Amino acid sequence: MSKEYWRWPEYRRTVPGKDWKDAKVVSAGVDIGSVSSKTVIMTDGELYAYSIMRTGSSSPDSAQKAMDWALEGTGIKLDDIKYTVGTGYGRVNVPFANRAITEIACHARGANYIWGPTVRTVLDMGGQDCKAIHCDERGKVTAFLMNDKCAAGTGRGMEVFADLLSVSIEEVGSMSLSVEKEPEPVSSTCVVFAKSEAVGLLRKGWPKDMVLAAYCSAMASRISELLEKIKVEKDFVITGGIAKNVGVVKRLEDIIGFKALPMKEGFDPMTAGGLGAALFAKALYERSAQAA
Amino acid sequence: MHVIVHYGYKDGSGEYFISVDTDKCNSCGDCVEACPAGVLEMITMMIDLEDELVAAVTEEHRKKIKYSCAPCKPEKRPPCVSACEQEAITHTWKPL
Repeated sequence: MSKEYWRWPEYRRTVPGKDWKDAKVVSAGVDIGSVSSKTVIMTDGELYAYSIMRTGSSSPDSAQKAMDWALEGTGIKLDDIKYTVGTGYGRVNVPFANRAITEIACHARGANYIWGPTVRTVLDMGGQDCKAIHCDERGKVTAFLMNDKCAAGTGRGMEVFADLLSVSIEEVGSMSLSVEKEPEPVSSTCVVFAKSEAVGLLRKGWPKDMVLAAYCSAMASRISELLEKIKVEKDFVITGGIAKNVGVVKRLEDIIGFKALPMKEGFDPMTAGGLGAALFAKALYERSAQAA
Repeated sequence: MHVIVHYGYKDGSGEYFISVDTDKCNSCGDCVEACPAGVLEMITMMIDLEDELVAAVTEEHRKKIKYSCAPCKPEKRPPCVSACEQEAITHTWKPL
């Protein structure tokens, strides 16, 4: 089988030096995206473990697999988790979740946890949609905008280009920045048309890095349009898979004239929604325990 | 708590948004009744850990409100906006 250039690494992680048995509340957030499924396990509101994997054709299966993998090797069993919140595109299909919450609330809460109370604008660039969120110092949403109309400006579009150019998806960003002179962005915003435009550029003899630069640049300008509706205020952060693509992030920063806060050590920007969901899970559990 | 949710999109043909101020929305559902195209619905949204019933654009129409809402344009105040006593709904309509 030929190499799958689009394939980003699935992985899991347990935060070292913690024992979940010391915790009063173990909570979980399961974020089933269109492309990736994330499960975050928290102990007393602190990150304990997470998993990131590809979403399959069945949301319940993906949720189960992501949960099993996040728990792998931790000794935590599903029954030990007091409360689970499902979020994201497949949130209603998480069989073991106590409830579902729209990603509207979860992303802002998660970004607030990762970067702290100074975050005011969150841009989530996911696999199949793009969200712009304004929030206050407690991570509460004040304005929300989602674009899921087309794949332009999303991870799925980037996967298509990685495959077309036989460049590993993790190298797309840095390779696109290696051009000496920034080319004109591809004119098509639609991924299907952008792809045929890129094929044309390759035929004209454009090197891979130039084509990638033209695409990353088109994606950045497309996303900047979304941010016009939700005005960008400091601090600005980017979550989702595209946050890891320096080629898009750098160009977006140039267009909007704002630097995003750098990625935080120990956190994966793809887990922001899951982190928010796990934090809500803890709060909802505590409230229900109080009521009982 | 003030949450404004913008439903819609900006594409090559212009900018089309229906924005709902969930703080002003009082869950009455009059806008849902008023819309001749069935664009709006009431959904449960969690705000400050409380579930609130608020107006929203249905999933089905989110990606095509340019067309779904076209019959009510160029009326300055479409029925959904007029029906809302709380003035929670606003339209942004900028065809190129």
